[in-house]
Amino acid sequence: MNQPKIPVWVNIALIPFINIMLALFVSALLILAIGQNPIEAAGYLLYGAFGYQEGVGYTLYYATNLIFTGLAVSIAFKAGIFNIGGEGQAYIGGLGVGLACLAFDSSLPLFAIVPIAILGGAAFGAAWAFIPAYLNAKRGSHVVITTIMFNFISFSLMVYIMDHWLEKEGAMSLRSRDFEESAWLPSMQDILATFGIQIDSSPLNASFIWALICCVLVWGLIWHTRWGYQLRTLGTSTSAAVYAGINNGKVTIWVMLISGALAGFVGLNEIMGFNHSLLLNFTAGYGFAGIAVSLMGRNHPVGIVLAALLFGALYQGGSELAFELPSITPDIVVAIQGLVILFSGALEHMFKDRIESFFLRRSAA
Amino acid sequence: MTTPYAIELRGISKRFGAVQANKDISLQVPAATIHGIIGENGAGKSTLMSIIYGFYEADKGEIDIDGQLTHIRNSQDAINAGIGMVHQHFMLVENFSVLENIILGAEGGSLLKEGVQAARKELQRLEEEYKLDVDIDAIVEDLPVGLQQRVEILKALYRGAKILILDEPTGVLTPQEADHLFRILKALKEQGVTVIIITHKLREILALTDNVSVMRQGEMVAHRETALTNKEELAELMVGKKVRLTVDKSTAQPTDTILSAKNVSWFDEQGIERLKNVSFDLKAGEIVGIAGVSGNGQSELLNVLSGITPLSSGEIHFNNEIITTTNTKNPQQMRELKMAHVPEDRHKMGLVTGFEAYEAAVLGYHDSPAYNGKVLLKRKAMQSECLERMQKWDVRPPNPYLKTANFSGGNQQKIVIAREVEQNPDALLIGQPTRGVDIGAIENIHEEIVKLRDAGKAILLVSVELDEIMALSDRILVMFDGAIVGEVSAKDADEKTLGLMMANALNEDTQTGAQA
Repeated sequence: MNQPKIPVWVNIALIPFINIMLALFVSALLILAIGQNPIEAAGYLLYGAFGYQEGVGYTLYYATNLIFTGLAVSIAFKAGIFNIGGEGQAYIGGLGVGLACLAFDSSLPLFAIVPIAILGGAAFGAAWAFIPAYLNAKRGSHVVITTIMFNFISFSLMVYIMDHWLEKEGAMSLRSRDFEESAWLPSMQDILATFGIQIDSSPLNASFIWALICCVLVWGLIWHTRWGYQLRTLGTSTSAAVYAGINNGKVTIWVMLISGALAGFVGLNEIMGFNHSLLLNFTAGYGFAGIAVSLMGRNHPVGIVLAALLFGALYQGGSELAFELPSITPDIVVAIQGLVILFSGALEHMFKDRIESFFLRRSAA
Repeated sequence: MTTPYAIELRGISKRFGAVQANKDISLQVPAATIHGIIGENGAGKSTLMSIIYGFYEADKGEIDIDGQLTHIRNSQDAINAGIGMVHQHFMLVENFSVLENIILGAEGGSLLKEGVQAARKELQRLEEEYKLDVDIDAIVEDLPVGLQQRVEILKALYRGAKILILDEPTGVLTPQEADHLFRILKALKEQGVTVIIITHKLREILALTDNVSVMRQGEMVAHRETALTNKEELAELMVGKKVRLTVDKSTAQPTDTILSAKNVSWFDEQGIERLKNVSFDLKAGEIVGIAGVSGNGQSELLNVLSGITPLSSGEIHFNNEIITTTNTKNPQQMRELKMAHVPEDRHKMGLVTGFEAYEAAVLGYHDSPAYNGKVLLKRKAMQSECLERMQKWDVRPPNPYLKTANFSGGNQQKIVIAREVEQNPDALLIGQPTRGVDIGAIENIHEEIVKLRDAGKAILLVSVELDEIMALSDRILVMFDGAIVGEVSAKDADEKTLGLMMANALNEDTQTGAQA
């Protein structure tokens, strides 16, 4: 075949790289405009994210959440469903994890609580995704609208549940009692210590490993099973799926269940791995950031891990930056993150066509 | 010739990536003539016309309009140069009136009223001059296709077109409507309009044109004066080798009835009856063709028979199973009952064009144990089976990993037909088996269909190509407005009778119902 081809690395590496560089360039202008040296700022950002063990730990800890929510968005997207409800599903999923811990922390050992918490997070996250999925499959309600609304419902629901049933007496803020240590996910320094490797303390915990396992499971599901075949068919061509006898409503529902379950795993990291108690607003926008991660990662688990690392580094390096250069406030850091999302998500096609046609011409010549 | 040509192309070349769509094309069209351009799909006809109409810019070459070198960078340039185009798929706003459609983009002034009044006068003049006979206040969607096409022509003329390009204008018309179109085009010619018509139907070229140019693989291979050429020569020029225009087949030996529809009706979501009491029998070892202008219930019939849409009333008997409104079968269950279906639209239904060939080659059978382990897909098995079939069915290139979208139309169709036939079904539904397929592959596909019949399969063929229906079928059913309006045996069929039946002219008024 003499079909002109675009080299694979152009799409998965070169174009995202150019987009990020452009975002960083505009960020540099922003930092210049407030009278700071962008080179110095970049130094703090990089050092904060990767310069020392604790920093790396934080970067990976943030990335863990983003891998879960990124996978959640991407599996739905592969089936042609735009699940914007990752935030709410993560929130309610965290409730499931927290309830599992609160129920069993004094009666069961860790190795028994972990699977219960995983199931709890998955079941609650999936349940929260089920309602919009069902409404879509049976009534044709638009998933984008319903999942956004379900985010808001989840925020209020959580306050209600915490306030009525789970609030610890005499606490300063609305949170549950602390879990017994038997319900704490082991931290990464403890895990590595059993192998004789000493690292500095950080919030990074065992849920990071589960996130990587989820990447493999999602990859296998999408590309190596008949269910993945069905969801990809539905995502590429609804009419072909109908022709093939694929039950679109059924696929929509189970894909959303998996998507919600993946988002729900954020609770493993935040509730069981770090805070060790159930509290409000622990999702902190990871559900929404997952949309950007999924877009940037091209809906592929490997890409999602890379994009999650990038965003994790921006979170961690950004807070280091705001700490070191007080005139760069956290708002500026949010603006930089926003620019990265803008250039790699919304403006993805700004250079794509030109770069692709450049390589097409080259391969044709 | 001393008078300049209406349009003259010199050395037009256009390349898309590695594909040389047009290569050093030269063409001279004398004013006030009808010029035909024929060629297989993918020969570069549409690209050439798109260059003339300003959709693409040529990499090289020059265009003269009336002897003037003209640069056409967009369609506005083309319109200013007096070129009008009637696309294969009409560019009309369906719920606007004819008048509103025609002035669209040329409203003239910021207040609609003045423009409308001026346009009304001008249109009446044009209609009289060219005998176009359209009610300019009718809503476009209420008009039959033939009239919609006339609206497109009127639109071009209103914009001052002296050169009119028509891209496959008869694809959606009944033979009678096509004849009417030809009369209009001839009238236009007498009024001094130059007409360029793109088609792959040789009959039309011979009936209509003064000159004909043949394209093959991006090149202009021949120019002929129509009066001095014939069907066989043109067909040979088109494909570069001798082709048969008929299919060799013996008489059918039908045996048992495999599929029978009994008073099948289907209502769409708006409650409109799209299938009306359809009844027929299909026997093993015969090909039954369904003729009809597209949009008269053929697609709905295929959907109901294949299980894509449940029927609204009636019964379908298939292989000892009786499918009713309560006992429904989805497409997967129909496949298990040994019904295979080659859908009319392979891009939207038959294939997932984003999939690699070996994945698309199991669509609909993806749950079969042949392709599945306990959890994982047997991708190796799928790939090697796909490769075998590609070799057997001569799919080119025989590469199971190539994206389905990158195969040519004929090869895509072979992938679909191979997939359905290799399951060894009892009945096969085939919709538009050779739409967008080039002549070499058409022959090949036709032979395979006849072979299947001879192997004792029951075949239901839906096609809008009358030639194809007549060449392949043993019996022909004609559909009109959701109902079967007649049956003829293949040997008694001729285009005229079929055409009249397709327009339901034997029963009632021709014009009103065609799109109802």
